[in-house]
Amino acid sequence: MIPLHWYLWLSAVVFMVGVAGFLMRRNIIIMFMSIELMLNAVNISLVSFSRYLDDMRGQILVFFIIAVAAAEAAIGLGIIIALFRNKVTAHVDEANEMKG
Amino acid sequence: MDSYLLIPFLPLAAFFINIIFGRTLIKDKAHWVSILAVFGSWVVSMMAVAEVLQGKTVNADLYTWITSGGFKVSVGFLIDQLTSVMLVVVTTCSTLIHIYSAGYMHGDKGYYRFFSYLSLFTFSMLMLVTANNFLQLYFGWEAVGLCSYFLIGFWYEKKSASDAGKKAFIVNRFGDFGFGIGVIMIFLTFGTLHYIPIFGAVNGMVGQTVDFLGMQVDLPTLIALLLFCGAVGKSAQIPLHVWLPDAMEGPTPVSALIHAATMVTAGVFMVARCNPIFSLSPVAMDVVAIVGAVTALFAATIGLVQNDIKRIIAYSTVSQLGYMFLACGVGAYGAGIFHLYTHAFFKALLFLCAGSVMHAMAGELDLQKMGGLKKYMPWTYLTMFVASLSIAGVPGLAGFFSKDEILWLAYSGPSPVGKLVWAIGTIVAFLTAFYSFRLIFLTFHGKFRGSHEQEHHLHESPKVMTIPLMILCVGAIASGWVGIPSLLGGGAHFTEFMKPVLGHLEGHGTHAEEWMVMAISVVAGLSGIGLAAFVYLREGDLAATVTQKFRFVHQVLWNKYYVDELYDFIIVRPTIWIAKNVIVGVTDGKIIEGIVNGVPELIGRFSLWLRSIQTGMVHQYAAVMAIGAFVVIAMVLLW
Repeated sequence: MIPLHWYLWLSAVVFMVGVAGFLMRRNIIIMFMSIELMLNAVNISLVSFSRYLDDMRGQILVFFIIAVAAAEAAIGLGIIIALFRNKVTAHVDEANEMKG
Repeated sequence: MDSYLLIPFLPLAAFFINIIFGRTLIKDKAHWVSILAVFGSWVVSMMAVAEVLQGKTVNADLYTWITSGGFKVSVGFLIDQLTSVMLVVVTTCSTLIHIYSAGYMHGDKGYYRFFSYLSLFTFSMLMLVTANNFLQLYFGWEAVGLCSYFLIGFWYEKKSASDAGKKAFIVNRFGDFGFGIGVIMIFLTFGTLHYIPIFGAVNGMVGQTVDFLGMQVDLPTLIALLLFCGAVGKSAQIPLHVWLPDAMEGPTPVSALIHAATMVTAGVFMVARCNPIFSLSPVAMDVVAIVGAVTALFAATIGLVQNDIKRIIAYSTVSQLGYMFLACGVGAYGAGIFHLYTHAFFKALLFLCAGSVMHAMAGELDLQKMGGLKKYMPWTYLTMFVASLSIAGVPGLAGFFSKDEILWLAYSGPSPVGKLVWAIGTIVAFLTAFYSFRLIFLTFHGKFRGSHEQEHHLHESPKVMTIPLMILCVGAIASGWVGIPSLLGGGAHFTEFMKPVLGHLEGHGTHAEEWMVMAISVVAGLSGIGLAAFVYLREGDLAATVTQKFRFVHQVLWNKYYVDELYDFIIVRPTIWIAKNVIVGVTDGKIIEGIVNGVPELIGRFSLWLRSIQTGMVHQYAAVMAIGAFVVIAMVLLW
């Protein structure tokens, strides 16, 4: 059986890829995808803990996260389309109207 | 007893009715409410006086006003001989002047307001005279001052009127400050503010001293002088006399009621009421006598040269109030109150006559523009002539008896300054007669000196005004008959009546001396009248010649000894300077506005800086979040 820490390393790497992508890229679509990466990294670690601890609560939580992520993707994409209609760009630095 | 409550509270009810419904419902019927209330109060007062005449005095606490530790004050009434005299004066004058005002103020747009204030004044004055403790006296004292302020500034659109109101109020502050401290000293000494226990215990005060501004001062002297401070303000004695002549800016009925017959005599009343305290301090008594005498002389000399009909009578009032204090100061409280009582009638009458003249002259006040009004307004002329005879001390009239009693008791009494104030009083009697008749001759005799328009307009006042004049005229003649001295075959009933409250001062002198004093004062009065007739009744300009010759004296008198200018220089200007430069410039401008504006300014700047954090850049937010998350995790892992 593959040891637990492999999965955890995988989860950490995927999560860091997501964080790095979110912080470094300016394209809003890419940033959005980075968020999905981070969510799924968390899912991986939850599922592996669940499996190794013989406790189903981790997997149940993952289903919730997937459902919430689906809803979030729908709303997020809607917002992105609305932004694009108004700004004709996917570059986040050009959308800074909310500054104080 | 309960019915006595109606005496002050009927006018109070009239005040509330008029002030609430006056503008919308009652309008030009306001006088009915006030006159009926004051008349009712007069009727009950007369019943009270009848009871007192039978020797039944009342001292009752009705309601506990304040209880705080050892400090207990009730609302209560003391109706004794002194109060009953004041009740007669206040309610009689008030009723007649209310009636007169219905004619005089007819058509004024503040008609209901005028009657409300007049009734409020009557209430306050009655509370003042019927009080049985110092706090209620003080309440009445301040309330009459307030009404005086309202009524002096009644025509508030006029700058001079509103200024005069302020002046009266502010000048009275000076006196009332002392009075307030005096009342506090009384409480500290006796532990109560009620008259009867205080006056019962005053002898315990003899010889006590108190530390006052680092000096050991005799306690009775200090209290008496502090109380007298209040009297000096309210009764317009030197050096606080300046407000009274200016108070003539108010409507004439107000001058008659408040600034002649009643409110200004409150000081005399208070000194007489506190006679057990004053009598303990020879120093305070001498101060009272001297201040009274000097004021009498001072005001009378100013009255000689003025041309404003109301101001002459106002100075005459100041002068006569000085007479009353002179009497109190030599210990003749009964005579002082007697003069207060007779003075109320003839002085109210003089003012109302002056009002009647103004009514005919369309508000003209300058004597030099009058003359020859005798044939146009016979009733006004007759009544004013009688009032002037009375104030001049012509034998048989009210003023003669009271003035003579004061002068005789000053001359023969035990007071060390008695002879001096008697001499001043006699000179004042001469001056009083002169200026009173100067006014009469310039107004009613000779040729008319005003414009044709005014001459065309001249008319006698309506009945509603002349009838009160006639009633007061009866008072000016007959009110003195209750105090005819035994020398002239009377019983001196008045002072006898007042004996239980005010004590009785016996003059020590022979009948011959008493005749002499009386003769001198009569001669002084008659020669004053004669001199006025000689100067002002003959054709020619003797007055102008004399004025030219004594130009300097005339200037000084005309400018009222420059007292107003002096106060302007030493008090008003520095106060305004401090207000402008210190209060507005530093305290208000720098400190208060500094704080009020500085705090928001500071917060504003801080927020402006804080705003720059919110850039609108998603990356910066995300970076901060990420750093935060790493820090938290690091803390969890490393600790």
